Amino acid sequence: MMSAAGIIFSNIHDKSIADLTKRRTMASVPFGCRYRLVDFPLSNMVNSGITNISVITHYNYLSLMEHIGSGKDWDLARRSGGIRILAPFITAYANYNNELYKTRLEALMSIQHSISTMKEDVVVLSDCDGICNIDLREMVRAHEESGADLTMAVKRIVITEQNVNDNIIVSSDEAGRLTDILVHPHTYDGTEADVNINIWVINRTYLLNALMNAQAHGYNSFSRDIISRNIGKDKLFIYRFDGYYASINSITDYYNYSMELLRDAKVRHDLFNNPRRPILTKVRNSAPTKHAAGALVKNSLIADGCVIEGTVENSILFRGVKIGKGTVVKNSILFMDTYTGENVHLDCVIADKYVLFHDGVHLAGHPSLPFCVEKGRSL
Amino acid sequence: MFKRKECVAMLLAGGQGSRLYTLTEKTAKPAVPFGGKYRIIDFPLSNCVNSGIDTVGVLTQYQPLVLNEYIGNGQPWDLDRSSGGVMVLPPYQAKDGAAWYKGTANAIYQNLNFIERYDPEYVLILSGDHIYKMDYSAMIAYHKEKGADCTIAVFDVPITEASRFGIMNTDDTGRIVEFEEKPRQPKSTHASMGIYLFNAKLLTEYLVRDEADSASSNDFGKNIIPTMLAEGKRMYAYAFSGYWKDVGTIKSLWDANMDLLGEYPTYDLYDRHFRIYSRTPALPPQYIGEESVVHNAIISEGNDICGTVENSVLFSGVTVEAGAVVRNSVVMSGCTVKSGATVSYAILDEDVVIDSGAIVGAIAAEGEEQEIAVVGNGVHIRAGDIVAMGEMLGAAEYAKKQGGNEV
Repeated sequence: MMSAAGIIFSNIHDKSIADLTKRRTMASVPFGCRYRLVDFPLSNMVNSGITNISVITHYNYLSLMEHIGSGKDWDLARRSGGIRILAPFITAYANYNNELYKTRLEALMSIQHSISTMKEDVVVLSDCDGICNIDLREMVRAHEESGADLTMAVKRIVITEQNVNDNIIVSSDEAGRLTDILVHPHTYDGTEADVNINIWVINRTYLLNALMNAQAHGYNSFSRDIISRNIGKDKLFIYRFDGYYASINSITDYYNYSMELLRDAKVRHDLFNNPRRPILTKVRNSAPTKHAAGALVKNSLIADGCVIEGTVENSILFRGVKIGKGTVVKNSILFMDTYTGENVHLDCVIADKYVLFHDGVHLAGHPSLPFCVEKGRSL
Repeated sequence: MFKRKECVAMLLAGGQGSRLYTLTEKTAKPAVPFGGKYRIIDFPLSNCVNSGIDTVGVLTQYQPLVLNEYIGNGQPWDLDRSSGGVMVLPPYQAKDGAAWYKGTANAIYQNLNFIERYDPEYVLILSGDHIYKMDYSAMIAYHKEKGADCTIAVFDVPITEASRFGIMNTDDTGRIVEFEEKPRQPKSTHASMGIYLFNAKLLTEYLVRDEADSASSNDFGKNIIPTMLAEGKRMYAYAFSGYWKDVGTIKSLWDANMDLLGEYPTYDLYDRHFRIYSRTPALPPQYIGEESVVHNAIISEGNDICGTVENSVLFSGVTVEAGAVVRNSVVMSGCTVKSGATVSYAILDEDVVIDSGAIVGAIAAEGEEQEIAVVGNGVHIRAGDIVAMGEMLGAAEYAKKQGGNEV
């Protein structure tokens, strides 16, 4: 089988959830009670035997570096391969345009040298804002069998007025060969279609040639210039993924997909309970969670290190959260080390790390617009 | 060349812990799980790290597989060091033959070569039997201040219980004048905690002499300490007053787990200034269901709780189905309590399954002493079966009880 290296884009689409990416990358946005978004692509790669992984960063990447550390939590602290973070490379004079990359294609061009030094047959590219548990080994195998230059993972969804503009809609022939792509269209017809889920398998030499070609022509869009231009010419295929997939395009999406983890046991199961494909994350040395005698917890996901003395319903508590007596937390997401005093009421709130709610604070958002409290605020 | 260390800790972890019965059938006592995510050995290891001791030898003998795997390279305790760190020291074969560790002193004697590499000033002897938080650096400071040859940590026990312990009788300055092993008529309440700090050169000398004495049982409590005392060495008692619990019996192990519960627990696991480190698997968060009732409980990651859990400690990966009840119990990793089953006053070892309608353990009748039921590793208790109060069921006992059927 073809050997694969991984490339993860940590900052692509940061703007879609600006409330949570003000001081961090999309990759390090907390999700699912104890994970960061990067844990999904990283675990997918590691679980598929990919152990040479590069993470491309842009800005705000301190939290990402702290999360990844040496990579040992993903078994990526290797002498050969392992994980590396590719920080933006800018020198005072040697860079051709002396600017940070703006697009996916520019990002790839900026690490062209790294890609050229890899030894693997294919590279697997993945973003961080798509949440799924996918067997990439299967995808690489399909890529190899079809003899493709590039294989794009797609998911079949119903196109609606709400989601049409967030998606890249893909058409293919019976053999799975790409026939057309529509990048963020505005028109929809309410039928099912395949949409791009931002995971690609590309032959490494094909990618290198495409990058050199893009440089020569001044191209800057991956989907328009690399994919669209080559449809019908090169061997571009789709790979249909039929497991759970969530794409976070807005804070409302973030909130709804989080709540879906509570609503739907199958979603939790699909994402987290596959014994062959566990989602790995940085392990923190927290004590287990304590439910006090007066605690009342219903339908919630709770990480380690929490102390709960109040009521928690339909909520997600990350590590080290403390809920005081008489406090009621409903339909909310509280990030690491959020503390609530006594008699606090929270409904539809997303509290970033280290938020402190003093006694008696009442705060509510709405499911369509959850109230986000920024990191470290004291209320 | 090895970097010189001020203090090397030697952790005696070879004990069987026979009074834990089925829980130590396949694991050494220090590897017995405790407190929702820990193993007993996490406590002395974390104490070492929190006290600035970064060189620890762990002496293993009985059923070492789980313990070896658990300690690994020492990374969870920050003991994967290029100089020092944690080192597992099993008995070994040497030129003049192979020998098991005959006693606690002999175990150290056989590993003097490990200690000598670091040329330490002090050697700290620890055991893997207790749950406690202790800053050993304070004990070392005390040892230096007293100009002692040997310092023994002591814990004040009620006088009525003193006859169960090794008792150190001291003068006003804290100097030990007499040592009595399990005295009938105790003269003081300073019980030895089995934590000894020695000047390294002196310890070597005594261990070599002890080894040469064929009549000796090569034990610190029985031989080394009494001999040193008899020869007038400067031996001091270091009084420790925090939480300290021997978890050598089923009841005391259960008690110590229960000490973690309550509004003001006797033992606080949430002290961020003195963390207890452990090897933590990456598991999904715990899910607490719509109909569940969880009161006064410690619950770990990977758990799926839809039933009732009260006054209990649940390790990771435990499932309590809707309609199942767990009360006053310790449930270790990977157990499943199915709908309609009841578990009370019990310890379930790892990977136990309790089928619907089975009943494990019971509350004692009035005037009767509360005993704890224990279900051994991997046992599957079938629907309708009852495990009585205080009953111990390993796989073999359960098969027998079932009339020889496979479990």
